[in-house]
Amino acid sequence: MSRIEQKFAQLNEQGKKALIPYITGGDPKPEYTVGLMHALVEAGADMIELGIPFSDPMADGEVIQKAHERSLAAGTTLEKILEMVAEFRQTDADTPVVLMGYLNPIEHMGYGNFAHKAKAAGVDGLLMVDLPPEEADNVAPLLKDAGIDMIFLIAPTTTAARAAKIASHASGYLYYVSIKGVTGSATLDTDAVAEKVAELKKITSVPVAVGFGIRDGASAAAISRVSDGAIVGSVLVKKVAELAEQPDQIAAALQEPLSEMRTAMDA
Amino acid sequence: MTKANTYAELMQLPDDRGHFGPYGGRFVSETLSYALEELEATYKKLSADPDFQAEFDKDLAHYVGRPSPLYHAERWSRMLGGAQIYLKREDLNHTGAHKVNNTIGQALLAKYTGKPRVIAETGAGQHGVATATVAARLGLECEIYMGAEDVQRQSLNVYRMKLLGAKVNAVESGSRTLKDAMNEAMRDWVTNVDSTFYIIGTVAGPHPYPQLVRDFNSVIGREAREQSLAQTGRLPDALVACVGGGSNAMGLFYPFLGDESVAMYGVEAAGDGLDTGRHAAPLCKGSPGVLHGNRTYLMQNHDGQIIETHSVSAGLDYPGVGPEHAYLKDVGRVNYVAATDVEVLSAFRELTKVEGIMPALESSHALAYGRKLAQTMSPDQQIIINLSGRGDKDIHTVAGIDGITV
Repeated sequence: MSRIEQKFAQLNEQGKKALIPYITGGDPKPEYTVGLMHALVEAGADMIELGIPFSDPMADGEVIQKAHERSLAAGTTLEKILEMVAEFRQTDADTPVVLMGYLNPIEHMGYGNFAHKAKAAGVDGLLMVDLPPEEADNVAPLLKDAGIDMIFLIAPTTTAARAAKIASHASGYLYYVSIKGVTGSATLDTDAVAEKVAELKKITSVPVAVGFGIRDGASAAAISRVSDGAIVGSVLVKKVAELAEQPDQIAAALQEPLSEMRTAMDA
Repeated sequence: MTKANTYAELMQLPDDRGHFGPYGGRFVSETLSYALEELEATYKKLSADPDFQAEFDKDLAHYVGRPSPLYHAERWSRMLGGAQIYLKREDLNHTGAHKVNNTIGQALLAKYTGKPRVIAETGAGQHGVATATVAARLGLECEIYMGAEDVQRQSLNVYRMKLLGAKVNAVESGSRTLKDAMNEAMRDWVTNVDSTFYIIGTVAGPHPYPQLVRDFNSVIGREAREQSLAQTGRLPDALVACVGGGSNAMGLFYPFLGDESVAMYGVEAAGDGLDTGRHAAPLCKGSPGVLHGNRTYLMQNHDGQIIETHSVSAGLDYPGVGPEHAYLKDVGRVNYVAATDVEVLSAFRELTKVEGIMPALESSHALAYGRKLAQTMSPDQQIIINLSGRGDKDIHTVAGIDGITV
């Protein structure tokens, strides 16, 4: 059983839902990321999605685009992201870490090389925004051999037939994108999400976590009632942006909204 | 298998998942998968529909002004002393470039699918103008994304688009050029996918775009092939076209792919020089990767980050290239070469003075290489250079280089 599967099983036993924060690795500078990851766990994160910065983040809104730009300007590379995970693992063996980003840096490193290094670093899952299952034939078997879950997206526009196909390729969890749009945009329609997640639960036993549009305790709690987990990104990344020049204050600024979400979800 | 058979088989690509060998494909976020599947099905149906084809052909004849001439540049050929140079005059199309062949086709697709809104990215502004033009004609809402740097260097085209009723968004992110405009157009599309048709301007992007943009532009090569046979009694010895994303080149090359005797040259932007790092030549100097929905050759660094490009021509200032070109490079069917900014400006001036034709700076890349190529050939040989657009839009850039404000 993978670390992600274990985590969902454990939460299920406790009658809890997963709280999954996203931050961009290396934002605002590479040396702060590991500390921020520990702070997220301390504030109630069950897993962490760690963004790999990319020069052309096409599926992201302005907040996360800027985070990628800050991180790259500070010299972050995929190699350094893997080092951050390895360092995090030295003192946290339980919290799953999912790398999220765009395919090109991974392709450029080489799929076999990446799978080997990611496993050694203690990475648990990989979510590539621009890699649908149809194009994943080259990389999926290598990740599977390395024990790394491949997490795929399902969108409001995904047909039932296609959702079934995606689910058959997925492991770890499915990431349901709650809105048509980029990260950090629009507001959430919880009823529409509930309906779609219920449909997904009929065709797959893989947990379904929901992201895009979750910004506070109320929305996190509403989403966690109808799914297996809430993913929160832009709200946190915005805090990093505000405090990029006072990096010592970022951890506390991330913990505040995250604790609020944890409390609301567990209530 | 003979070589000719292998060449003819190139015309069967892409495969049913949009791949040209290892290139192409559909690397997009899930929200767009449905829209792309829908577009693929629509295109498959309509491209076999005689009514759709008839409407497309009619628009090309009466709105665009096709066929465009194949002009024998006798004076220039004589001056260079080598092969006879024929210019395929895409600059004489309505809106001044080959781009309109594709936007007419895609706007018809938008009309048939009932989408009330179109969006496009643009570099030099030619594709933006061609999109705004067909949107005006069909009464579609139109928004254009253009890098902020390109908005400055192509202010004439920006104003043309506005006059045509389009909203022009200056994109401030990243390098503020064509690639960033494409990112922003993708973000718009993912947000407004139900109401919006994305008119991609080049043979790149997720499947089926590389295929359909090529198909709509291959009228260039079909005409050129017929015109060459009619005017000279034979096929040309070589074809030359500039390559940014590569739509004018693909349009010229595609109908000739099976003709073994016809050599092909795609000319990339060497900018300050291929060895300076300041260029836009992914086929000559890049490596394969994934960007904007397809696998192709890219300009990228050691970490797989896309790097900034440089070219005097905004339309070629792009770090990727159509996936079919990537494959044609690997199999050796097309030779990919490059021309520097200096060579390009010299060709621009030379054609203007010798033939009275002012070419776009993009097309001047093809002229700059074609000029060199012709000089290595004999006067009984002939080459076709794709004059993909006219140079009016570049007057400010050239004047600026001359230190003149116009």
